[in-house]
Amino acid sequence: MPARPDYWRILTQPLIRQNPVTLQILGICSALAVTTTLVTSLTMSVSLTVVLTLSTGIISAIRRHIPDSIRLIVQIVIVASLVIVIDQILQAYFAEISRALSVYVGLITTNCLVLGRTEAYARHHFPIPAMIDGFGNGLGYSLILIVIGGLRELLGKGALFGIQILPLADAGGWFTPLSLMLLAPSAFFLLGLLVWAIRWILPEQAEASEHPEALRPEPAE
Amino acid sequence: MADREWNPWRRLLALPNESRTKTVAVAFLVSAISAALVSGATVALRPIQTANRAAEEQARIAALVEGIPGMATILEQSGGELSTVVVDLSTGRAVADLRPAMLEAALLDADNWTTLDAAQDLAGLGQRPNFIQVFLLRDEDEVSLVLLPISGQGYGGRIDAILALAGDMNTVAGIAITNHSETPGLGGRIVEAAWQAQFPGTELRDNSGQIAFRVARGQAASLYEVDGITGATRTGRGVTQMVRFWLGPDGYGPLIDAIQRGEF
Repeated sequence: MPARPDYWRILTQPLIRQNPVTLQILGICSALAVTTTLVTSLTMSVSLTVVLTLSTGIISAIRRHIPDSIRLIVQIVIVASLVIVIDQILQAYFAEISRALSVYVGLITTNCLVLGRTEAYARHHFPIPAMIDGFGNGLGYSLILIVIGGLRELLGKGALFGIQILPLADAGGWFTPLSLMLLAPSAFFLLGLLVWAIRWILPEQAEASEHPEALRPEPAE
Repeated sequence: MADREWNPWRRLLALPNESRTKTVAVAFLVSAISAALVSGATVALRPIQTANRAAEEQARIAALVEGIPGMATILEQSGGELSTVVVDLSTGRAVADLRPAMLEAALLDADNWTTLDAAQDLAGLGQRPNFIQVFLLRDEDEVSLVLLPISGQGYGGRIDAILALAGDMNTVAGIAITNHSETPGLGGRIVEAAWQAQFPGTELRDNSGQIAFRVARGQAASLYEVDGITGATRTGRGVTQMVRFWLGPDGYGPLIDAIQRGEF
């Protein structure tokens, strides 16, 4: 381990270069489900970032005392409790948004992104870098959610944060909303286009093809 | 470790991670702290959540009333207020000495509940309260609309709803689902306006007086049916059973009879 980790790098790497959603394709389920509007995307992003930062911090603080045999259960229990607390807070203070998010806040528990960071990073690092890593990954996830949520709300409803931006054809304007954007498949399309665009700009992210050797004989097993 | 460490906490931390004692201790401590955190948050935030839910239910009732054709004008004529009445389900009469605000406290007493046997218990409730709060709208002296809270077992848990009946006590004027835990996208679609829009105009009893209402499997085929939701047969059956139970003799039957006799 280096004497002093480069905190800025830990924080900014997951934004684009190591983005958990577009590079590692983690946490897709919630990214697709909650991005119909910008408000729900933002709430989900904040919830996930808070859970991820706190859980990486806690797990990193007790990392030397987690027995290997039960480490996944310990991590899940910590993540799940934080998620329940966040969910309760949302239900109390943001009842409307909480209803729109329905089960997806609870599903942060099983988001591979959270377990991925606690298991792969927090378990081997000091609490401060671990929390910065968690926060950075949370921001990377948030960035994608907000971009997709913004596009879907803008194209699907002509609005941002519920405020009408593009005049709708129904109300005498020129914009006909694309209803497809409000359905789940559109999130797949947008995410796919986003991944393609990022990999086009940063070619090193493109994965080597898994089946390039058409001429090679089948493995004899 | 030359001399024995006396502090049990330090001794625990010094144990190798793989020892059984430490595994059990860590598991116990993590669970205990997490449980305390979760319970603390739940208990501390419950009053706010309850207030939210009450406000939401009020909004649903308001939306239900507004959605019934012609309601807005009727409401204006009657002063814009629904009257709230606590009724005794077994006699079908208003309970004069029980104000709606006191109902919650009264229902904490097990004596105010009736246990249902298997033949009576169509809705899978196990027991029903003896007193319940209903909403009435009067036009002159006649009751022109009642809002009846109903509940029953769905697929994922209990469904709570409010059923609005027109003055003839046989025509549904609307329904609002106030609480459910059905599968999102399948049974959860009972909250959709499109599904609920089929209820107004549906009739409950056929000519022989039997309750004929049901949620059909597939398309509604008669005046007494509403369309089922694909993939949510058990939710539909839950709704059918709860309507049948609550409008039957063990539910609001006596109240409906009293209203029809003009005694209310």
